[in-house]
Amino acid sequence: MPLTSVRAAVLSALLVSSSLAAQDTTRGVRIGLRYSAGTKPGVVVLPAKGVGADSVRAIVQRDLDYGDRVEVIALDGNASENAPTAAPSWPVLARVGAAAAVQVTPTATGLHLVVYDVAKQSTALVRDYAAPPMTRMREWRSVAHWLSDDLEESLTGVKGIARSRVLFTRSNRLWSVDSDGEGLVAVADAGLPTSGAWSADGSRVTYSTLRPAQVVVKDLASEQVRAIASGPGVFIAPVFSPDGLNVVYGHGEDDGVDIFIAPTAGGGGHRLSVGRGSDNVSPTFSPDGRRIAFMSGRSGHPEIYTMDADGTNVELLTPPEFDARAHRASPDWSPDGRYVAFHAMVGQAFQIMTISLRDRSLKQLTSEGRNEDPSWAPDGRHITFTSNRTGVKQLWVIDVETGRSRQLTRGASDARNAAWSPRLLS
Amino acid sequence: MTRRTLYLSLVATTVALGACRGKPEPAPAPAPVAAPVQPVGPSAAEIAAGEAAKRRADSIAAAARATAAANAAAAADAERTAASMKETLAKPVYFDYNKDVIRDDARGDLDAKAAILSANPTVTYLIVGHTDEQGTAEYNLALGQRRAAQVKRYLASKGVDDARFTTQSMGDTQPAAKGTDEQSYQLNRRAEFQSSNLPGVMTRPRD
Repeated sequence: MPLTSVRAAVLSALLVSSSLAAQDTTRGVRIGLRYSAGTKPGVVVLPAKGVGADSVRAIVQRDLDYGDRVEVIALDGNASENAPTAAPSWPVLARVGAAAAVQVTPTATGLHLVVYDVAKQSTALVRDYAAPPMTRMREWRSVAHWLSDDLEESLTGVKGIARSRVLFTRSNRLWSVDSDGEGLVAVADAGLPTSGAWSADGSRVTYSTLRPAQVVVKDLASEQVRAIASGPGVFIAPVFSPDGLNVVYGHGEDDGVDIFIAPTAGGGGHRLSVGRGSDNVSPTFSPDGRRIAFMSGRSGHPEIYTMDADGTNVELLTPPEFDARAHRASPDWSPDGRYVAFHAMVGQAFQIMTISLRDRSLKQLTSEGRNEDPSWAPDGRHITFTSNRTGVKQLWVIDVETGRSRQLTRGASDARNAAWSPRLLS
Repeated sequence: MTRRTLYLSLVATTVALGACRGKPEPAPAPAPVAAPVQPVGPSAAEIAAGEAAKRRADSIAAAARATAAANAAAAADAERTAASMKETLAKPVYFDYNKDVIRDDARGDLDAKAAILSANPTVTYLIVGHTDEQGTAEYNLALGQRRAAQVKRYLASKGVDDARFTTQSMGDTQPAAKGTDEQSYQLNRRAEFQSSNLPGVMTRPRD
């Protein structure tokens, strides 16, 4: 859904002096937000003065919009010279449906956030964020995303996911990009890297390479790279255990592919699954680290199974489907532990599905084009996945609750194997 | 001029010069007349020997040329044979959609590879499994590995020591054809081969 757009006339009216505030009669609001049945609270991000004010306003607007928990009311004419210096016009804000107004002003040391409660016609929150100069764009943007996540938490009670990144592969390289699609950086290019994953604290990534065939852990701050498993055959789709002490991955040489586990401190890996020549790949941990979901072809069609973290107590998770082209793969356990997302063959194309761990109910999330490789956002509400709906495989994001989707990556080459980070510290 | 002719000429000249030295010359005496010298050529035997030597040299050279030509032909033949064997070793084999089963049309090629590998025991062999882009990257990496492993098992079943094989999967990362049609997909569902430690002269397998 696009941003709600309000004409410039409204902006002009909004910027009148605070003397009008006393005329407002809006009432009956809690925690600064007025909820109407079936709608999301409206938020206006006010213009502000200062170098970078328009940029940070655009970032915050977009972050709130992508969070899908509030209705961002966009005002035409976002020039910083129109920024209100006094309190906003409460009647106008109420008229456009705003429950809250937000203003972010760049300062000498960072960003100054003010949140206004429209119903109470008062300031609800004031907070300052230290930020580097805008010339250090990546770090500056990270602070803006941090502010957005705090803001979303103050408005809705749920922290945002703007300060997170998505790891993916393109043109035989591993990349990461901010959750809003900006800030693309290369993570690895040596050895034909394939799908990667984040550690729970976001400080490390693990990925496999094809030549040489190995599993690698990379510390993102120091850029130190360490191979924790290598040898003949193939290593596929490693993931960290939630405690960060182990990496679990698919490995095979001559007799199928099985799930293996290896300590990140070194010492070699050992096999967890007993596939007896079948393919067992794409492990994903439950949030408590006690179970692992994975794809296995042990019964013929690829299906999603779960097992204890030591490889015992294997169970088929997805309901059997008696179709020669049945294919369920690429499981990813939701951060709240309630669902496993995966892709399944529907008709002639893969589509993104979720299955409830409580009652095994299935939900199909996509239908346009071919969609595969889901990865949950840290809020447990959004999923990024690969889709060819524009003709080229790109990463997309879908809001599981509303079905609203947006394109995350763009370019002429395929983007694949997405892995959404946890909320990051920097 | 032969050596004999030269000698007689020198004698005649020396005598004539000696007569010119000493007192004033009285009445000139009649000049001595050198004895007529018959020119002396190679003997018949010498000529025959020379011709024989020439024939011998010609014969040796011809033999050398024939040997060189034969060697060159043999080398060219060996080169052609080696090239043919290398081509056979490198020729990809293809698979059906989502399968790792060796197809009937691949067995002849794999049998020919096995024969060459058996006749040339120093050769080591990398088998790389590939897939089309249908399916996910992770699934396709596993499928590519299964295809490589199947090829390895088949070649080992023909008597080639399986320690000489290395298997690898590239999944769908290195398509042979870029299209998204079935024809391209078929070209991409394949196993490729790389030979190492090839001998200087490759041995042709016995028929």
